[in-house]
Amino acid sequence: MSAAIELRDVRKSFGATEIIRGVNLSIADGERHAVIGPNGAGKSTLYNLITGKYSLSGGDILLRDEVVSGLAPFQINRKGLSRSFQVTNIFPRMSVYENIRCGVLWSLGYKYSFWHNVDNLKDVNDRTVEILEEIGMQARAQIPAGVLTYAEQRALEIGITIAGGANVILLDEPTAGMSHSETDQAIALIRKVTEGRTLVMVEHDMGVVFGLADKISVLVYGEIIASGTPEEIKGNAAVKEAYLGEEVED
Amino acid sequence: MAELIIFSLLHGLVYGLLLFMLASGLTLIFSMMGVLNFAHASIYMLGAYVAYTISQYVGFWPGLIIAPVVVGLFGALVERYGLRHVHKYGHVAELIFTFGLAFLIEEFVQLIWGKQTVGYHEPAVLAVPLFEMYGQTFPAYKAFMLLVSVAIFIVLLVVLTRSRVGLIINAAITHPSMVSMLGHNVPMVFMGVFGVGSALAALAGVIAGPSLGTSPGMAVLLGPIVFVVIVVGGLGSLIGAFVASLLIGMMTTFAVAIDYSFGQFFMDVGLNMDPDGVLSDLYTVTIAQLGPIMPYMLLVLILIFRPTGLFGTREV
Amino acid sequence: MSNISNAMTAGASPSFLRRYGMWLIPAIVVVSLPWLLTSTVAVAVLNQMGIAVIFTVAYNMMLGQGGMLSFGHAVYFGLGGYFAIHGVNMISDGEWPIPLPFVPLFGAFAGLAFGALFGSFSTNRAGTVFAMISLGLGEMMASSSLIFTKFSGGEEGITADRTEALPFFGVEFTTEVQIYYLIAFWVFLAVFLMYRFSRTPIGRLANAVRDNPERAEFLGYSQKWVRFISFTISGGFAGIAGALFALNYEIVTEETVNALTSGVVLLQAYIGGVGFFAGPIVGAVIFTLLQTLMSNYTEIWALYVGLVFVGTVMYAPAGLTGLIMMHVPVAMAGRMGTLTQPYARIALPALICAIGAIGFLESWHHLSAAATGEFEMHIFWMTFDFTSPITWFVFSAMFLGGLWDARRVAPAVADTYGNALHYAFTGEDQ
Repeated sequence: MSAAIELRDVRKSFGATEIIRGVNLSIADGERHAVIGPNGAGKSTLYNLITGKYSLSGGDILLRDEVVSGLAPFQINRKGLSRSFQVTNIFPRMSVYENIRCGVLWSLGYKYSFWHNVDNLKDVNDRTVEILEEIGMQARAQIPAGVLTYAEQRALEIGITIAGGANVILLDEPTAGMSHSETDQAIALIRKVTEGRTLVMVEHDMGVVFGLADKISVLVYGEIIASGTPEEIKGNAAVKEAYLGEEVED
Repeated sequence: MAELIIFSLLHGLVYGLLLFMLASGLTLIFSMMGVLNFAHASIYMLGAYVAYTISQYVGFWPGLIIAPVVVGLFGALVERYGLRHVHKYGHVAELIFTFGLAFLIEEFVQLIWGKQTVGYHEPAVLAVPLFEMYGQTFPAYKAFMLLVSVAIFIVLLVVLTRSRVGLIINAAITHPSMVSMLGHNVPMVFMGVFGVGSALAALAGVIAGPSLGTSPGMAVLLGPIVFVVIVVGGLGSLIGAFVASLLIGMMTTFAVAIDYSFGQFFMDVGLNMDPDGVLSDLYTVTIAQLGPIMPYMLLVLILIFRPTGLFGTREV
Repeated sequence: MSNISNAMTAGASPSFLRRYGMWLIPAIVVVSLPWLLTSTVAVAVLNQMGIAVIFTVAYNMMLGQGGMLSFGHAVYFGLGGYFAIHGVNMISDGEWPIPLPFVPLFGAFAGLAFGALFGSFSTNRAGTVFAMISLGLGEMMASSSLIFTKFSGGEEGITADRTEALPFFGVEFTTEVQIYYLIAFWVFLAVFLMYRFSRTPIGRLANAVRDNPERAEFLGYSQKWVRFISFTISGGFAGIAGALFALNYEIVTEETVNALTSGVVLLQAYIGGVGFFAGPIVGAVIFTLLQTLMSNYTEIWALYVGLVFVGTVMYAPAGLTGLIMMHVPVAMAGRMGTLTQPYARIALPALICAIGAIGFLESWHHLSAAATGEFEMHIFWMTFDFTSPITWFVFSAMFLGGLWDARRVAPAVADTYGNALHYAFTGEDQ
């Protein structure tokens, strides 16, 4: 089975400091994979490397056996990878409906069209409504995204991320800053929308990680020290020492 | 030829350093506050007018000191009661605000001082030729302008590299988000920066007024070129602003002295061009005529080939 | 903000009348206006207005819809004008058999071509950097128009005689009214097309890139391409406006390309409200009216425009349309009645303050501009002695007193509005 994402000796330096120090990682198709690690381990940097926001200092990133390192974010996205952001990153002055629809347009082939009328595109609007139902926000469709509650904005963020129909979804701390009940809802939502897709997530909340992930990788100081099923990670001595040994906190 | 080079060099230096006095203040304000002050050249003009009025009562020299102080205070007030108010709407709104301010300053200048050039003159002691060479004279006042701008340049250099304030400013320029973490009163720092930047612009106006003429058009004459300077030099880079100022100063003054066109070039290499053809504009125009648009042509070239500017790190 | 109303129609499939009804009423008004306002002066003002409307809406495709602040959009307006005027001259010389109503296409072509050329290297970023570059390009073209005199005619400009072009079904466009209908047709076509553009995928993505360029990139869109396309198309429509200018005045000078023209279009769009499609239309209409009316009464009208503009930037960043739109929910909830009394309460001191300010500025203007021996000025249908301290005292007192009282009651008025809005959204009082 081919890997959905493969990282080969990925490195990234900022000035003289090497933040990512040779990461090798292979994530199988359909897997739900969580990357955990203490603060400052380089998780967000790794994310920004995979999605093309930062350029690599060394190594290669492959998306379905195709090298994507060096491409711009929009090019990587067109190859079927989509991401959410740690800090809520939506279009605040546009309605919820418009937010989702912007995510749908490219994947349905409308690209930079300046002759189609968006309101007449049945496929686009159907798909938008579908996504809205999936994230449970039909009732809020016409509200400007900027005035939603925090949890709603996080849900919208996930909606935008999956709207383009990408096969590989990267979620950056999808439950950060949520209450317990909100977190439970978010987990259910993520489980639902990533069905049949490959999910890579960075998360601090261990409940979320062990509740969702098929596999877990532990990133410490820019290196992956362990990778395996939740059970294996729980029992791994190196992980306990480097990470779980301390009190788990966010 | 030697005469042309020497005088163009001197005039270019005077003009270039004048540009730098404006560009340095603009860069400081932009780097620290993220605000592109569209009204910077209008404040330069205001400096000239205020100094003119002061010179009417107490003569040129006190005006040289008082006008920048007065206009600097005006700048601080503009920051406090205008700019700070629009800060919450973002940098583009701030830019639009300063655009409106530039418009208003020009209108008020016309209201107060009229639409004509006012009789703001250099003091008698400087209204003499400094030296004569090849039958051309170099005015003493231009030498004085040179002296003042060099002095300002040195003061800026010393303050920025040697003093505590300079350290803070440098830190803020390289890591804009860190200013607030330095524990300083950010609103006060902003007000101060805007005030000092305005005072610098006003000083440039005070010394330029007698030489370039003090009229309501003087802001529009220099403003866009100063913006070109800071883009060409690299946004947020004082060194870049300095180099670009001199470069553009030299370029424009040398161009004015060169009465040569592409048509002549083609003639020299043996091609005859029809002087009345549809595209004749393109080859009858002389380098001297192109002088005014050269800075902008440079801007376009820089944007295409080096989007960070000469010394900048931020991509444009 | 415009997206709220846009989104309301989303997904639905409105009937013909609902879809085109909003174009019908303006169409009737525009067609019948020359019968109502018969003076040539009025028609001339309407023509100027129409040109301003196209230019400002085109400008707002960038500022409001795409988040690009340009200080040099007159470049495309002016080049459109030059191309059109040369086109008319060539048609008059018998080189091309093109009827006059199609000449604006010359302008569209010039705007598109130069928009694409300059857009190719200036749309990498939005924000202040884009603004600075647009200013540089604007200055370059304005100075060039004084240098390349064969093309631009220098300060005298290029003139043409539109009546020497080919007649269109017998119409030779000799009168103001005939050219009015030509302009009106193009205003309709251009505004309709620009509205349609805002409803296309690229138009929607222009909003997305304006709001959050990074996020848009992660949706598969290159922010640069999105900006570049909006920029180019906006240039094309500005070119149409410039061409209509050329046809209307039969002369194009350096003034059509220069910084003032670029500045005025920003003023119009902003005062009207850049967040709404209709905002720039309102701005262009109001600005043209004010300019024509005020310049009859005062020489310092530009100063007042500047004050209104800065006031808008500081206190009503959503513009005039924004002020109207913020009352729509209140009006729909039937709560406008609660606002009349407080609004009247603040309008009185505001009016007194404005009269004071105008009187003060006019006195000042007369004092500095009047010939010696003169001391009378006529404003507010009255005569004042602007050398008398009493005049100055009265106006200053009105200004300061009005300001003081208006500021004093402003918080309460804002509260009342807040309550009304709260009621409109929740159905209960606060």
